[in-house]
Amino acid sequence: MAQAKTTEDSELVLDIRGLVVSFATNDGEVRAVRGIDLAVRKGETVAVVGESGSGKSQTMMAAMGLLADNGRATGEVLYRGRNLLALRPKALNAVRGAKITMIFQEPMTSLDPLYTIERQLSEPLVEHGGLSWKQASARALELLELVRIPDPADKLRAYPYELSGGQRQRVMIAMALANDPDVLIADEPTTALDVTTQAQILDLIADLQKRTGVAVVFITHDLGIVRRIADRVVVMKDGEVVETGATDALFAAPREAYTRMLLDAEPSGRKDPVPESRPIVVGVQKLGVSFRIQQGFLKPPTILKAVDDVSLTVREGQTLGIVGESGSGKSTLGRALLQLLPHSGRVQFEGRDISNADKAAMRSIRRQMQLVFQDPFGSLSPRMTVGQIVTEGLLVHEPSLSRRERDLRACAALEEVSLDPSVRNRYPHEFSGGQRQRIAIARTMVLKPRLVVLDEPTSALDRTIQKQIVDLLRDLQRDHGLTYLFISHDLAVVRALADTIIVMKGGRVVEAGPAEAVFAAPADPYTRELMAAALAPVAAG
Amino acid sequence: MTAVVQPRPVEGRSLWQDGLARLRRNRAAMASLVFLVLMALACLAGPYLTGHAYDQVYRSYVKVGPSLSPYPKAEAIAPAALDALKRARVDVGEPVEIVGESVRIPVSSSRELDPRIVRYVDRVDIFSGARLEEMAGDGKSGVIVADIERFTFLFGTDATGRDLLTRTLIAGRISLTIGLLATVVAIVIGVTYGAVSGYLGGRVDLVMMRVVDILYSLPFIFFVILLVVFFGRNFVLMFIAVGAVEWLDMARIVRGQTLSLKRQEFIQAAEALGVENVGILRRHIIPNLTGPVVIYMTLLVPRVILLESFLSFLGLGVQEPMTSWGVLISEGARDIEGNPTMLLFPAIFLTTTLFALNFIGDGLRDALDPKDR
Amino acid sequence: MFGYVTRRLLTAIPTLFLIVTGAFFLIRVAPGGPFNLERPLEAKVMENLNRIYHLDKPLWEQYLYYLGNLARGDFGPSFVYRDFSVAELFASGLPVSIQIGAGALVLALVAGTLLGIASALRQNRPADYGIVGLATLGITIPTFVIAPLLSLVFGVWLGWLPAGGWGDGAWSYKILPIVTLALPQIAVVTRLTRGAMIEAMRSHHIRTARAYGLKPWTVVVVHALRSAILPVVSYAGPAAAALLTGSVVVETIFGIPGVGRYFVQAALNRDYTLVMGTVIVIAIFIIVFNLVVDLLYALIDPRVRLG
Repeated sequence: MAQAKTTEDSELVLDIRGLVVSFATNDGEVRAVRGIDLAVRKGETVAVVGESGSGKSQTMMAAMGLLADNGRATGEVLYRGRNLLALRPKALNAVRGAKITMIFQEPMTSLDPLYTIERQLSEPLVEHGGLSWKQASARALELLELVRIPDPADKLRAYPYELSGGQRQRVMIAMALANDPDVLIADEPTTALDVTTQAQILDLIADLQKRTGVAVVFITHDLGIVRRIADRVVVMKDGEVVETGATDALFAAPREAYTRMLLDAEPSGRKDPVPESRPIVVGVQKLGVSFRIQQGFLKPPTILKAVDDVSLTVREGQTLGIVGESGSGKSTLGRALLQLLPHSGRVQFEGRDISNADKAAMRSIRRQMQLVFQDPFGSLSPRMTVGQIVTEGLLVHEPSLSRRERDLRACAALEEVSLDPSVRNRYPHEFSGGQRQRIAIARTMVLKPRLVVLDEPTSALDRTIQKQIVDLLRDLQRDHGLTYLFISHDLAVVRALADTIIVMKGGRVVEAGPAEAVFAAPADPYTRELMAAALAPVAAG
Repeated sequence: MTAVVQPRPVEGRSLWQDGLARLRRNRAAMASLVFLVLMALACLAGPYLTGHAYDQVYRSYVKVGPSLSPYPKAEAIAPAALDALKRARVDVGEPVEIVGESVRIPVSSSRELDPRIVRYVDRVDIFSGARLEEMAGDGKSGVIVADIERFTFLFGTDATGRDLLTRTLIAGRISLTIGLLATVVAIVIGVTYGAVSGYLGGRVDLVMMRVVDILYSLPFIFFVILLVVFFGRNFVLMFIAVGAVEWLDMARIVRGQTLSLKRQEFIQAAEALGVENVGILRRHIIPNLTGPVVIYMTLLVPRVILLESFLSFLGLGVQEPMTSWGVLISEGARDIEGNPTMLLFPAIFLTTTLFALNFIGDGLRDALDPKDR
Repeated sequence: MFGYVTRRLLTAIPTLFLIVTGAFFLIRVAPGGPFNLERPLEAKVMENLNRIYHLDKPLWEQYLYYLGNLARGDFGPSFVYRDFSVAELFASGLPVSIQIGAGALVLALVAGTLLGIASALRQNRPADYGIVGLATLGITIPTFVIAPLLSLVFGVWLGWLPAGGWGDGAWSYKILPIVTLALPQIAVVTRLTRGAMIEAMRSHHIRTARAYGLKPWTVVVVHALRSAILPVVSYAGPAAAALLTGSVVVETIFGIPGVGRYFVQAALNRDYTLVMGTVIVIAIFIIVFNLVVDLLYALIDPRVRLG
């Protein structure tokens, strides 16, 4: 693990002084970075931590000369004494990609879809290393071996779309290391990846850093990662550096309130157990969902089993955590259970068989079972006011209500999720992510449901907001005796909320049981792998 | 549910309001909008104000150039008078005098003057109220006095001597009307087809889009020409034909939008709430479709006007004495060397209108496009 | 690849058949006939003419007869240009139209792409506004305005180029028609390229290319343009078909002996076989160029699979 190997006398490779980044927008100039200082020494790993909008990415984009057209950077970004901000494009291009390299958050789109991996890996080698295309291609193969991609020779000839997200991120890392850089800037490189892949990529970066001695600037919002790999931490908030220090010291004794808040933002607490005597709300037997994938007009479709033979029971007041990585079928299971997708097998809701019930039959049941989505930006209709969104369910289930009564209900529901009811004539785009998720929760609460399926309701949010939403959900559950199905890939959140969990992989349940028991002693190897990847850094501290 | 406070709501800004605010800041688009409104007003009211009917023929003023001062020009009056009396078999004495707003033409003949000869003078558009005065005692000589009628042709006249300004404005009415109506036809067909295809999805969608693909590969403009040629040059048929050609793009856009809307989580959320198809269509799909449809519509109007004027240029457009910009341009193009203004004025009207429409369309797209948000 | 092209061309046959059938009956439904002239012909002459051209038979028989001839590659005689067969008319006119159209197509693609890139790289700066303004003007001025204006200015007033005519294909006669035909296309290609380039330059993989210090040429041309050119390619297919089959406006105004004029004249004169011939030729061009577009797409974008 990372040691505090920072020594005062080691050479400064990147020295950011008084950097200000501003953007010209329709509403005037917006300052994203407000005069920060940040130094990176040879061979160290610096983590820049902050929530979205803290300016941590824009700092590095400015350093690399990659700001959007309306952006402007002033101050100094010194690489070995040369101010990158003042360099002419040609001189800047001699530095970036050779001495300072960068990997990005979006592995799926950061590579050009139209060229082979070989070509893209070779480009910086030819450009900066002075290699011929043939030499470059031999070196590219070595690099792929270095980042431990399976079948490197085949992957060399492949196009990006033929690689998985993790593999693409490995290619990016190979590209970053191609010219033996002094500094590698990693901008949230693992955020878009599944937890197990995330762990592999982090290990790879740490390992390569040790072998090549490159300094790493690691931009992230995830403190677990910071503790795992960083020597030093820089905490940013609203475009300013709040606190900086050696990782261990900062984790042990944060000086600033904001840092403390970030550190405390890990969802905490456990749910009170629910007695076995409570009635069963949902019972599922042998549920299966398969999709026909139409290959083309008049061609036979292929069948994809998204959910395969899943059974579960949830009692009143309980939370069932459904854990799995992307593609494991966990969201599909939730939707099939709510009868939003056709399925095989049986679903019982409060003792009634509702399997594949028709629309009319479902209508009365619908208000009892609700769904909250992952994406607080996509799940609210952009052209309706918050009031209209929250009360839409009432139009269906209590059509006799007058406009005034509906308005009253909207106010009550908004208050329940701790939003000011006076915002009900505003539109979703005027709210932040956390507020939108509260609106989405209010929309379900207004109907007084019995069962709520929560599909990754916190994963698009910053940690501190996440914590608030988790607390809100727990309060609502307690006050209204709600039953939750909580779908998530985030084990920390699941642990804080769930009574029982099931672990899914490839559409099947690989492990099920009481939350504490599963977390304490995971039986299935896949569960163990998940836990190791997600919880190791926390456990280590 | 008791004792819930119901505070006065704060007014929000909808996406439309945001978009319109952005549009208002776009000077080119706003200027175009003002221009277009003025153009529409001019085409509506202008023909009543020019002092000429659009089909009034002035035989004396065929293809006269544009001028701010009224016709006839002073030097043209006497020759016109002489010319008019050529067939009256009278001797015209010199000089023809112009006194104020009337002309005095001394005439004499070997026989007694027939008072009806004044008709020859009246027949010319330049003169009116011609009368025989100062008759000599023998009735063989006198003076024809006629009032000079003054006409202003700001844009000149066309090949049959009709006021070009009036005709250009009338033509604008037709072109704009066809542009609007045909666009409405195209939008109605396109939106319905696209929404149905996108909303039903699956195999129906495949088949419906396959049909659109095939239609795309047809030389469709030629079917329009066929239609117009065979079923007569008819105003109504004209915009139905044009509209029927231009709906394909609209159908594709709407289908794409509907498909992507269907995948949006807020639609799924509404389904999870138990909202019925009608409610989803009314509250979620249609409001979110209006943006792209409005944008496409403003860009379609100029295309339709262009198509109409193209058909008119080919001689397949509206029929005489009605006219459209395309018809006027084609008439002008025929005599471009002798009288380029006959082409220029309608061309400028058409082009500036299309230009303004395009700028409004581009501005709307920039203002409403969610990518910019 | 070869198999794909063959398959695509085979599937075009039913489409063509539909077009032929639709067009055939559409023309015949219309009132009037090829010999209904302003001065009516004698009944006897009319009868003879109808017999010669098989117009006295029932419609379905004429249809089968036409299909049979078509299958043998015989488009039949023209009713209006009495001394020529439809095939002869196309043999003489099509090369002329293709020369003009190909010139305009090349000019439009080259100039439009360059202007579009230039504009996109200077987004929201004066040069961009200038180019966008000109491009908007280009798509708003109809060819039937441009053509006489160019002819007047360069042909009559300045006397630099012939104001019209074909001059047996001398290059000086081709310039004005090509430019006229190309101008609106340049405008469209410019706008398309500009939009696609702006989007491409904002994409993540371009950010990667810039972050790795690649030369501006590599970033703009090798990476951005290759994806930005895709919408231009899809536009260029149908546009090429339209340009190469001649423009009625340009050919009429400049007096060029191409095939663009045939359709309107033929339709007005009820020249059944010539109308059919034109429709078929144009449909074939469209089908072929759609195929070319798909092949180019697969060539440019490895994610596109032919099949």
